Amino acid sequence: MGQTITQKIFHSHLVDKPFDEVSVLRLDRVFCHEITTPVAITDLVRKNKDRVFDPDKIKAVIDHVSPAKDSKTARQGKIMREWAGRHGITDFFDIGRNGVCHALFPEKGFVRPGFTIIMGDSHTCTHGAFGAFAAGVGTTDLEVGILKGVCAFKDPGTIKVTIEGSLEPGVFAKDVILSVIRELTVNGATNQVLEFEGETVDRMTMEERMTLCNMAVEAGATCGICKPDMTTVNYLWEFIKEDFSSREAALDSFARFLPDPDADYSRTLHFDAGSVEPMVTHGYKPDNVIPVSSMQGRKVDQVYIGSCTNGRIEDLRVAAAILKNRTVSDSLRAIVSPATTWVYNQALKEGILQTFMDAGFCVTNPTCGACLGMSNGVLAEGEVAAATTNRNFNGRMGKGGMVHLMSPATAAATAVTGVICNSELFSNKRSIS
Amino acid sequence: MKDFSGYVLFLDRSDINTDEIIPAKYLTEPDRENLGPYLLEDLELEGFDRTRDLQGRSVILTRANFGCGSSREHAPWALEINGFHMVIAESFARIFRQNMFNCGMLTVELPGETIDSLFSKYRGSEAYVTAEVDKSLLTISNTQSKDEISFHISGYDKELVKANGWVEYADLRY
Ligand code: SF4
Repeated sequence: MGQTITQKIFHSHLVDKPFDEVSVLRLDRVFCHEITTPVAITDLVRKNKDRVFDPDKIKAVIDHVSPAKDSKTARQGKIMREWAGRHGITDFFDIGRNGVCHALFPEKGFVRPGFTIIMGDSHTCTHGAFGAFAAGVGTTDLEVGILKGVCAFKDPGTIKVTIEGSLEPGVFAKDVILSVIRELTVNGATNQVLEFEGETVDRMTMEERMTLCNMAVEAGATCGICKPDMTTVNYLWEFIKEDFSSREAALDSFARFLPDPDADYSRTLHFDAGSVEPMVTHGYKPDNVIPVSSMQGRKVDQVYIGSCTNGRIEDLRVAAAILKNRTVSDSLRAIVSPATTWVYNQALKEGILQTFMDAGFCVTNPTCGACLGMSNGVLAEGEVAAATTNRNFNGRMGKGGMVHLMSPATAAATAVTGVICNSELFSNKRSIS
Repeated sequence: MKDFSGYVLFLDRSDINTDEIIPAKYLTEPDRENLGPYLLEDLELEGFDRTRDLQGRSVILTRANFGCGSSREHAPWALEINGFHMVIAESFARIFRQNMFNCGMLTVELPGETIDSLFSKYRGSEAYVTAEVDKSLLTISNTQSKDEISFHISGYDKELVKANGWVEYADLRY
């Protein structure tokens, strides 16, 4: 029987098999942010185990509440800063150089096909876009990761998600993953990895693949994963060119993690990209997904473009194209948070931030902020947000608030009209006026 | 290994979630010691008075699906800070259960009928429980009665408990 990507990564990283169902893996990366790491740090200190397995394999960022909004969050930043300093963790990204973790770390070239990665954050699955096994973990697992560079996993199964055909204009990776989650439901992929493949995925950019993998956890998956190919190599080339004689050589080397044709999948799903419409969530669960056309006209109080799902440069370009020479509706407010400092700067150079500002958007610094309802755009009770984020749980962006998840194109169109609607880019349906 | 014995706190309800065990507003707290005063602060259970009922108790006996809701490890921490090292229930939410063993604590699953009979026999009395991990044996007694009940624990979970949690286990072994 052949192996999936995940099984190949598990075998190449196996340290111990203490019991049948458990694999202890060597970790290539431990990523850290200031919400979940300080509690791990203070506990390691308390246990007299304030050590790190390898400062070069640990990457840390202050991103969730940046700048700090009160003394509690300031203290969390302080604990991280001092810890990074005393252990020589040089890849530590503080305000001014920071960005939302799952956008920042790929951009810095920290991910490779075949890597094992953990972080105390459920959207760590994003990094699977590079053909890595990347999983969100709890505090004790994070502590052990920091201390020993290992993590124990129950061997997951793999669900193969094949996507074929061409997306209609105005339909994006976000609409595809929302459709996948609708099909799988919120716990349909528990203890499973989602392996995305097929010609549609092959044609996607790394940014689009990251959007796909980012939301794998919303179907309960441990990780989302894409096959490494030339797109992966090209994205990483700047960071790996010293290690390989050519791009082809790099691709050859990464090919050892490709799934075998006779690999064992627990389930196989097929999607026809051509029939995917722009999608939006209703309700408080990410599998409450319907076409935008069925929700057309729903009034919104705040539009939010940003987050680790859709705050990258390609997302901002799509939104800016719709906002060009238009203004945000008087009936709502609109916020854009470029996901990283680089994205911010690039958007500035391309005139995209100007477009956002001319339209009447508030442009914030890179941070998670409003996505988890902690700062920079928290909703009031009873308010409705149209957001490019990944979670619509009750109260996620503020107590008593409702979040509708959607693509940047749909969010931009919604900002202009004041109500949820399809963007003019979508060829099939009513365009914005 | 932690001490798995003590007087029993009876929580007669299913689906007690992690928000009830420790409310979300305490999650920005980087020191787990500070969670102590808030254990079970939002528990919805008739007749439960946390200032009175937590006193001198260190084992929880409850119904099904204990620890459901968010994956926060603050829930076992809040228990541990208050001296609760063991929860006995009909079933547990998956992540909460793993978090308990990762922290070197013990969850014991018993069939619904056994839980029923323990509630009817011991509730309202000063019931004392001891768990012997090596023998997978639970002893519960009060002045009138005594029961010995065997329970199942996997080899891996047993190792985690003996090592006092995953951090200690991994630090010794890897
Ligand atoms: S942007 Fe939102 S989902 Fe992504 S890491 Fe930040 S808080 Fe989590």
